[in-house]
Amino acid sequence: MATAVLDVIQEIRDVPVEAYEGPVHPDWCPGCGDYGVLKALQKALAYLQIDPSQVVVVSGIGCSSNLPGFIRAYGFHGLHGRALPVAEGIKLANPRLHVVVTGGDGDGYGIGMGHFIHAMRRNLDITYIVMNNQIYGLTTGQVSPTSMKGVRTKSTPYGNIEPPVNPIALALMSGATYVARGFSGDPNHLASLVAHGIRHRGFALIDVFSPCVTYNNVNTYAWFRQRVYRLEDEGHDPSDFARAVEKALEFGDRIPIGLFYEIEVETYEDLEPAYKRGIPVDQPLGLSPEEGARLVQAWM
Amino acid sequence: MSRQEITVGVGGEAGEGIGRTGDSIAKIAARHGLHIYAYNSYQSVIRGGHVWLRIRIATEKIHNHGDHLNVLIALNQDTLDRHLREVDSDGWVLFNTEVVRVPEDHRGDLRYCGVPCKALCKDLGYKPVMQNTVLLGAATWVLQLDFSYVEGVMQDIFKHKGAPVVRENVQVAWRGYEYARENFPPIHSPFPRGPKPLAVTTGNEMFALGAVAAGCKFYAAYPMTPASSILHWFARYGPELGVVVKQCEDELAVINFAIGAGFAGVRALCATSGGGFSLMTEAIGEAAMTETPVVVINAMRGGPSTGLPTKTEQADFWQLFGASQGDYPKMILAPTDALDCYYTMAEAFNWAERYQIPVLVASDLYLSEHRETVDPADIRFDVPIDRGESALREWPEDREYKRFADTPTGVSPRVLPGTPGVCYTAATDEHDERGILISDVGTDPVKRKKSMDKRMRKLRFLRQEIPAPQVIGPERADVTLVGWGSTKGILIEAADRLTRAGISTNVLALKYLYPFPSDGVMDVLRRSPKVIVVEQNYTGQLMRHIRAETGFLAHGAVRKYDGEPMEPAYVVQGVKAILEDGISVFPGE
Ligand SMILES: Cc1ncc(C[n+]2csc(CCOP(=O)(O)OP(=O)(O)O)c2C)c(N)n1
Repeated sequence: MATAVLDVIQEIRDVPVEAYEGPVHPDWCPGCGDYGVLKALQKALAYLQIDPSQVVVVSGIGCSSNLPGFIRAYGFHGLHGRALPVAEGIKLANPRLHVVVTGGDGDGYGIGMGHFIHAMRRNLDITYIVMNNQIYGLTTGQVSPTSMKGVRTKSTPYGNIEPPVNPIALALMSGATYVARGFSGDPNHLASLVAHGIRHRGFALIDVFSPCVTYNNVNTYAWFRQRVYRLEDEGHDPSDFARAVEKALEFGDRIPIGLFYEIEVETYEDLEPAYKRGIPVDQPLGLSPEEGARLVQAWM
Repeated sequence: MSRQEITVGVGGEAGEGIGRTGDSIAKIAARHGLHIYAYNSYQSVIRGGHVWLRIRIATEKIHNHGDHLNVLIALNQDTLDRHLREVDSDGWVLFNTEVVRVPEDHRGDLRYCGVPCKALCKDLGYKPVMQNTVLLGAATWVLQLDFSYVEGVMQDIFKHKGAPVVRENVQVAWRGYEYARENFPPIHSPFPRGPKPLAVTTGNEMFALGAVAAGCKFYAAYPMTPASSILHWFARYGPELGVVVKQCEDELAVINFAIGAGFAGVRALCATSGGGFSLMTEAIGEAAMTETPVVVINAMRGGPSTGLPTKTEQADFWQLFGASQGDYPKMILAPTDALDCYYTMAEAFNWAERYQIPVLVASDLYLSEHRETVDPADIRFDVPIDRGESALREWPEDREYKRFADTPTGVSPRVLPGTPGVCYTAATDEHDERGILISDVGTDPVKRKKSMDKRMRKLRFLRQEIPAPQVIGPERADVTLVGWGSTKGILIEAADRLTRAGISTNVLALKYLYPFPSDGVMDVLRRSPKVIVVEQNYTGQLMRHIRAETGFLAHGAVRKYDGEPMEPAYVVQGVKAILEDGISVFPGE
């Protein structure tokens, strides 16, 4: 399993992505890490040969959350922090769709934190890609929940005094069944993490170091390049939960990227009792006279 | 046959089984073919606290819980002390002599019927909670209801505990019945049987059933009184009906789940009360902006803040009206009775899908939780289902697809995600006809105006479809009572009493609050020399809305905001005070 991610990198490198190109070119800043994430998602979909019309990309608000507008797929661009609940509603109504959620660290780990934890424990088959730039981009550079202690931003001119949240550790503790971290500067590795995440049955989190070249001058490409290493290169076993937790806590001179943890268990969809009647979006509307009469009978 | 009716009050401590006693009386009466209307006044405690249920039983359909009492069933001393003065002259007071004492200075015009519950049943292994059942049996005699129905109801309640428990309860009830028969005269000759058994239901249950009949396939909620019983109904029946039912982590999630499900193409409903609705408001605008159909019920309780969790009020109208920032198309409906709750769901889903807008439904604790008999024949399951252009599953290859195409009605064809060959993004940021997510596009003033015009245009067409409001009662009258939602049944009875007292009165009960049927409302109000707006809030939210929408300033207002529902007598008293004392607002501060 450890090498599965690496195996795909070669194959995913050159897949054609034209079929997944959106109606417009992104208006992200030149050099933004989010371009790499977009490309990685397109490659992953192309590699898996998923028809664009079978995919819904859901987002909240933020620079990164504009991604659905730049990819060919169905998209829902929602409210700041509320992408996951929308995605969960879509998935429950039509579990045939591939639902991918994209957004920022402010969106997902700040305002949307409650939904994040609950979505993971539910284990719906959704892929969640967080473009983590450790800053609020769209609102022009305030501190984010993943900003490191001490960093100076527009809203922390004297230095951030809060420690960052650790999304990987949080995901492991919350029951996510696929937990990975990618880096925009390693796009084919990222694409393969995304492809595996989409293929994974259950909730997949892919946290991505996606540098903000305009507002974050600490956590730059160069900063990450000096520190990141692939878990796969060190033979990490993603079925080992305890080891995954240990790796999740590693953040300093060396920072792991790759697949921390994967487990296959029942998904929410496997257990949803209403599906005995079929997929909700395919159901005929209304009540038969017999069903109706039976329901009214309970009141007699 | 002239109309016969009786009002029974049952009270005691929470946890003593008042609800069960009350429900049993309601069911027994309904199986007789009699109509009931009941209202439960309770407090936000699980045990202890005063619980008080008033059940009005009549040979004809009744539309409110009334304002008097013929029979008081006191399960504890507190109930007797509180409610004795409300019983009409010649009324009955039933109680357990072992726990309740009639005060020395008691009213002489009542009939006190003490039942020694425990002593009567000592050979049956009496448990203290069974005093309810003894008194229920006694009440059955006093009310002249058929004892055989008591057996049936005991069967329903205790069947899951096994035949011996059912038998024991029937025996206990019979002891009460026999004792009453030997010792007390009945309150009137036997209640005539109605033509057929009736269903006993609540506004919330009717919302739920109506939604399912209308094709609802997704229900999300976070528990909040008085909306919770909708969740309970869906949780019980949803799975077998193919409805996905989700209790979410909070109301922010609830509405966004529903919007997601609506976006994916199913009819999605959620419900809450004011506090939860506050959390939903940002997403109401999101639904309008992304043109995603969704239906939201707000079962109002007393506010502000968490306010009166178990009490009724109609004070969230402005909140519904002002929900979410910005201008956007929406619809606000206020159903007026249990059957209307049922059919309103079909309307709400049809409006929501045909116009691709959020539809907000205002209920309140009184409407949502009261119990009412409904003739099962009046519940039609083949409600009209019209999805308009909202759930298309294919699109011709040779036609360009624009999700937000500018159309004469403002409604654009909506292809569902998963449809081959088509892709679009629904954006909550301002966008153009294609939904492009580039801020230069969305914020371009010309395009922005075009997008706003397109969305808001829906309201013009929606308004044309709203049925004209009808007055109830004579075309012309001295007084017109105007109300909204749940108070309709109270207003009709109040108008009737006023008319009989020489003040001819009619009623305008509004259900369509937004878009507002201004012309139709003006047609009615212009005719009336005295327009009095009756509502269950402090600030006169409907009255101001009418003024804002029509320029018409009502002559007077009857308001109530103490948490207990309006009663016909209160409205009558208020109208008389306005007419006689020249005040404009009753009760005033
Ligand atoms: C309820 C609400 N609060 C605040 C905002 C303003 N806002 C827009 S994007 C954003 C943060 C963006 O940061 P992040 O999610 O990390 O995304 P990025 O732009 O960095 O990709 C904020 C605070 C909003 N749109 N809605």
